[in-house]
Amino acid sequence: MNRNLILGLGLSCVVVLAALVSFVWTPFDHTAMNIPAKLQTPNGTHWLGTDHFGRDIFSMIMVGARTSIAVALVAVGIGMGLGVPLGLAAAAKKGSLLDEGIMRANDLVFAFPSLVIAILITAIFGAGAINAIIAIGIFNIPVFARITRGAALSLWEREFILAAQVSGKGAARISGEHILPNVANLLIVQGTIQFSLGILAEAGLSYVGLGAQPPTPSWGRMLADAQTMVSFAPHLALIPGSAIVVTVLGLNLMGDGLRDWLDPKLRLAR
Amino acid sequence: MLRYALKRGLSLAISLAVASLVIFFVIEIAPGDPASFMLGINAEPDTVAALRTELGLDQSKLQRYLGWVGGMLSGDFGMSYTYRTPVAEMIADRMWVSLPLAIYALTLSTLIAFPAGIYAAARRGKPGDMAVMGATQLGVAVPNFWFAMILVLIFAINLRWFGAGGFAGWDKGFGAAMKSLTLPAIALALPQAAILARVMRSALLDILGEDFMRTARAKGLTRRQALWRHGLRNAMIPVLTIIGLQFSFLLAGAIIIEQVFFLPGLGRLVFQAISARDLIVVESVVMLLVFAVISVNFLVDLAYALVDPRLRSRT
Repeated sequence: MNRNLILGLGLSCVVVLAALVSFVWTPFDHTAMNIPAKLQTPNGTHWLGTDHFGRDIFSMIMVGARTSIAVALVAVGIGMGLGVPLGLAAAAKKGSLLDEGIMRANDLVFAFPSLVIAILITAIFGAGAINAIIAIGIFNIPVFARITRGAALSLWEREFILAAQVSGKGAARISGEHILPNVANLLIVQGTIQFSLGILAEAGLSYVGLGAQPPTPSWGRMLADAQTMVSFAPHLALIPGSAIVVTVLGLNLMGDGLRDWLDPKLRLAR
Repeated sequence: MLRYALKRGLSLAISLAVASLVIFFVIEIAPGDPASFMLGINAEPDTVAALRTELGLDQSKLQRYLGWVGGMLSGDFGMSYTYRTPVAEMIADRMWVSLPLAIYALTLSTLIAFPAGIYAAARRGKPGDMAVMGATQLGVAVPNFWFAMILVLIFAINLRWFGAGGFAGWDKGFGAAMKSLTLPAIALALPQAAILARVMRSALLDILGEDFMRTARAKGLTRRQALWRHGLRNAMIPVLTIIGLQFSFLLAGAIIIEQVFFLPGLGRLVFQAISARDLIVVESVVMLLVFAVISVNFLVDLAYALVDPRLRSRT
C-alpha cells in the first residue's frame, strides 16, 4: 500500500466512523437548544463549541457526516447502477445505433451545467435529500457509462473474449462474466472520485437551502447559517468547512492511492 | 476538413435541438403554474385565466415550444413573467457581471496553474513537486463557497481591503468594478487552478518521455530549453481542453459564489427566476449556458482537427 492510500483511507474511516457512531451516541442531542450556552468557542464541555441556538457543534458535525455520506453514496449508486450497464451495452454493440445513441445522450448530459440543473430539479420538485440525490446522481450516469465503455472496448479486442465467444457465450453474458470483473478496478477508483464530488455537490445544494431540510443537520446548511455570524463567531464557518475538506481530501487521496495500488503496471514502475 | 466540419456542425445542431426539447419539457412538467404563483393564493380564477392568456400559457405546448425556439433564433428571448422586461435585456445586463467574472477567474487560474504545473513537472518527485501536488489536493477538496466565506472573513471583515459583497457597477469606473469582482474571482479560480496545475503537470510529464524530447536534449538543448521550446507547446492540447471546459463551467458554476457575494450575475438570475417560477427566464438562461458549453466543445474539436489531421478520420 502507498502513502496516499493509507492517509486517504485513514481520513475516510474517521468520517465514516463518526457517521456510524452518531446513530448510537453523540456528546449531546444535536437538536437540543441551549440559548444561555450559545456561540461558545471550542472548550472542555462542547469540544467544537456551540452555534447560535446553543446546539453542540461536534454532535451536529457527526450527524451531518451521515447526511453527506448517504447522499453521495446513493448518488454514486445511481450513477454506477445505470451508467455501467449502459457503457457495457454500448461497448458490446460498438458502432451500432445503440452505441451511438448512448454516447450522444451522454454528451448531452455533459453539456448541461450540472449545478444549475441540480438547483432546478430541487427547486421544482421540492428541496430535500432525495431530490438532491437524484440531481447529483443523474450527472454520475454519463461519467460511469463513458469510463466503462472506454475500458470495455479495448477488452473486446482481447483473445480471452474471443475464446468466450467461440465457446458460445452471448454478448450479455460475456459483458457480465468477463468484461465487468476486468473494469471493476477502474470503477472503484472512479466511484471514490464521484463520491467526493457528490459530497461537495451536496454541501453546495444544502448551502443554498436546497439539500437536506431541518432538522436533519447538514454541513452545507451549517455553513449557510454561519455566514451572517462569521465576523463574531468564525468557528461556526471554519468547523463544518474543515469537515468537508477533510472528507473530500480523504476520498481523493484514497482514489489516487487505489489507482496506483490496483494498477500492476504502475506498481512495477515504482 | 470541410466534410469533418460539416459533420461536427450537424451534430452540434442536433445536440442543441435535443437540448432545447429537454429543457422545455422538463420545465413544463414542473408543478406550479406561473400565473397562479404570481397572483398569490387569493386570486380569482378568471384573473388567473386572463393572466395565463396574456403570458401565452393557454397555447398548446407545441405552439409555445416553437414560439420559444423561433424567438431565440431571432434574438427574442420573450418577456419575463415577473419583471415584465425582455429576457434578452436581463441576460445582457447580467452578462456584464458574469462574463468579466468568468474571464477574471480564468485568467487568475491560468496564471497560478501554469507556473505551478511547470515547476512541479520540472522537479518531479522532489520536495517542490510534492509541495505543489499537496497544495493542489487541498485546492480540489475546498468547496469554493466556503473558501469565499474565509476570504470575506480575512480580506473584507478583518483587513477591510475589499467590500464583503455587492457589485459596484461599471459606471463607477473599471477599478471599482474589478475590485468588487476580485474576491469572487479568487474564490472561483483557486479550485480551478488546482485542477489545471495537475493537468499541466501530467501533460508535461507525458511529453518529457517522448522521443522528440530526447532528440532535443541530444542536439544540445538544456532540460529547461527543451521543456520551453518543445515540451510546453505539445502539452498545451490537453491543457486547452480543460481551459475550454472550465470557462463554460465558470460561467454557470458561479451560481453559488454569486449568492455568497450578492453579485447580480447570470447565476443569481437563474436562482431568483427558479424561486419565482419565472419559467421563460430559467429556460432561456439554461439554454444559453448549454449553447455555450456545446459551442466551446465544437470549437475545441475543430481546433484539434486543424492541428492534428489524424483526428479528422475519427468519429
